[in-house]
Amino acid sequence: MNTKHPHFDEMLASDSSVRAPYSGYNTWFSEQDPARLSKKSKEAEAFFLRTGITFNVYGQAAAQERLIPFDLIPRIIANAEWTRLSRGIEQRVRAINAFLHDIYNRQEILRAGVVPVELISRNAAFLPQMVGFSPPGNVYTHIVGTDIVRTGENDFFVLEDNARTPSGVSYMLENRETMLQMFPELFTQNRVQQVSDYPKNLRRSLEACAPPNCDGKPTVAILTPGIYNSAYFEHSFLADQMGVELVEGHDLRVLDGRIAMRTTQGFKTIDVLYRRVDDDYLDPLNFKPESMLGVPGIMDVYRAGNITIANAPGTGIADDKAIYSYMPEIVEFYTGEQALLKNVETWRCSEPDALAYVLENLSELVVKEVHGSGGYGMLVGPAANKREIAAFSAKLKKNPGNYIAQPTLSLSTVPILAKKQLAPRHVDLRPYVLCSPKGINITPGGLTRVALREGSLVVNSSQGGGTKDTWVLED
Amino acid sequence: MLGKTAGGLYWMFRFLERGENTARLVEAGFRIALTRSNDAASEWRSLLTSAGVSAGYKAKYDQFTAAQVVDYLLRDTTNPSSVISVTEKARTNARMVRTALTTEVWEAVNENWMGLKELLKRPVKETDLPAILGEIRRQNALVRGAVSGTMLRTDIYDFIQLGTSIERADNTARIIDVKYYTLLPSTSFVGSPLDNVQWETILRSVSAHRSFRWLNNTEMTSSNVAEFLILDARFPRSLSFACGTIDQNLGFLAKEYGTTPQSHQMIAAQREKLRRHTISTIFDEGLHQFITDFIRENNAIGQQIEQDYRFNG
Repeated sequence: MNTKHPHFDEMLASDSSVRAPYSGYNTWFSEQDPARLSKKSKEAEAFFLRTGITFNVYGQAAAQERLIPFDLIPRIIANAEWTRLSRGIEQRVRAINAFLHDIYNRQEILRAGVVPVELISRNAAFLPQMVGFSPPGNVYTHIVGTDIVRTGENDFFVLEDNARTPSGVSYMLENRETMLQMFPELFTQNRVQQVSDYPKNLRRSLEACAPPNCDGKPTVAILTPGIYNSAYFEHSFLADQMGVELVEGHDLRVLDGRIAMRTTQGFKTIDVLYRRVDDDYLDPLNFKPESMLGVPGIMDVYRAGNITIANAPGTGIADDKAIYSYMPEIVEFYTGEQALLKNVETWRCSEPDALAYVLENLSELVVKEVHGSGGYGMLVGPAANKREIAAFSAKLKKNPGNYIAQPTLSLSTVPILAKKQLAPRHVDLRPYVLCSPKGINITPGGLTRVALREGSLVVNSSQGGGTKDTWVLED
Repeated sequence: MLGKTAGGLYWMFRFLERGENTARLVEAGFRIALTRSNDAASEWRSLLTSAGVSAGYKAKYDQFTAAQVVDYLLRDTTNPSSVISVTEKARTNARMVRTALTTEVWEAVNENWMGLKELLKRPVKETDLPAILGEIRRQNALVRGAVSGTMLRTDIYDFIQLGTSIERADNTARIIDVKYYTLLPSTSFVGSPLDNVQWETILRSVSAHRSFRWLNNTEMTSSNVAEFLILDARFPRSLSFACGTIDQNLGFLAKEYGTTPQSHQMIAAQREKLRRHTISTIFDEGLHQFITDFIRENNAIGQQIEQDYRFNG
């Protein structure tokens, strides 16, 4: 699919001059032998395979492991741009936590009529088990990955809030590590802000959210669904980097009202559980009874203040795409300020007028499932043929409340190394945000995902996207 | 450490050890096939028994030809003990216990798996076999080197050593078990060319034909071959050596954890039994019985370790 409008390229201005943040990099790049770069690119791939930086693809043969393609041209963000972005992200994440606390307690925002009640009461992501409960430190979203897209010099939009269990941070770290190994000189010539503190910061941030009944130094563990999960590499990577245990449901049990893991020397209590298991699978006694991935009774331990679950169960309500459309109002309601970051214009198909407009303009719009993620189950109008649009239109009419629609954004591009020369490709950005009662910490940069096919706007790794190292320059 | 992690490490190294031993058996069988083609079928048959896979093999094939046996032992994914199967299982376990391994060990295991998958993609041609067996040995040596050179000597290392040594004791004992009759002094005529070949095969299947000669000059008798395999604590694949390593590493665990659960008494008894015996008292009591008892007790120790350290709950 080709974008109709000229897009904003982050490296090259329309007159082909190099934009300021890239000037240092460009000096280096122009001195490189293209053949050498292409060889380096293969080296990087071999390195990823050897170290096992892979993800599993659902729907493929069991244990199929794939690489996420890595492009070695960095995406570069100026310090001033980043400062602006990170203020906006922080404001938004604070509002989301306030919103979650409110929704599960006094529900003032519903009473004020800012967000419609039906959106909450009939939402599967709303967990009645969380009502009337405040998680330790009132933190719901310990880790957030706010997806941001850019369409122009100063036009940044939040695409998704990912308040559940955002993945990809291991790629952010490994991409930088790879760049440092392959091109150390780049980091002496350019002043790039560090990202390598993330695991340490994550551990501290989680420790700071320990439950009230924890005495002494909190024990943190990561809960993984197991080695066949698509993000297993990331789970083990983070456990390793943080120096904490990587546990599965069957390693855990409730013992004397606490969550304990089975060790070679008996059971040991866990205080903070960074779970990479969805709400539904967390506790077979309280949610899906057939789940083998969770811990029976963990919700009761949680409500008794004997463990911290990160992110809190029920945070999914905040990254529901229908709630998303109210985010500017939500930010204003809880912070008293205008939202610093813009939302993408969104039509809620549950509303008859909006539905009519969406059906009329399907070929221009991107339509997403309200609860979907990973680029599955969505329609990219301009890339779809007539038959696909007709089929989607039928689905949409059947269950309009399940969908929202957004305009096809002209995402910014950053060059990739294609056949020894630079070629522009669309990108997005996922910065990683840590929340604790001690404050909000945002790692400078984040994960840049890039649609490797020419003209494509879909950056998801499950749909053929790649990644880039992301630089935030120092002043 | 999580019980699951201890179990993952233990089995990871049992699998790696098993793969290495299977490759060794293939090497010994191949050697026989080259030098004494008349006996080849029966040799292949007993090698399959030593590897503990003869039932599975017979379910698939009627004859014992080199090409089929080699294929079954090296690259048949329906054979749970084939080199490719155990290498894959070891690598899966390594992913599971990734946080307990150094980067060097993980990479060595991962590369071992990637390399073998490539190497064993197609049936192995006879001319390529020596090179492929050499590569398997080299890859395993890299894993061992990484373990020895980079792993902390903590409980993690102890479970690695326990898995390796339990598996190794089992393998050596099974090789003796399958060939015990050739080692009996009563039925063999010392120094007959037939026996020399049989003993040579046994020694080759534990990669010890040269070590044996080094220690025993040229004198090869059933008694000193059996003694070497069972009691010689200088030989790293002997039963005595393997039991010593198990005992030692359980001892380290006792020191670190401050407890001596039941497996500790069991290995002490097993060692004591080896210490009490000479090769002639073993022959007097019956070699076959002795080895059968050893295998059973070794398995029991392995199971007790799994329980004592809560591998599975």
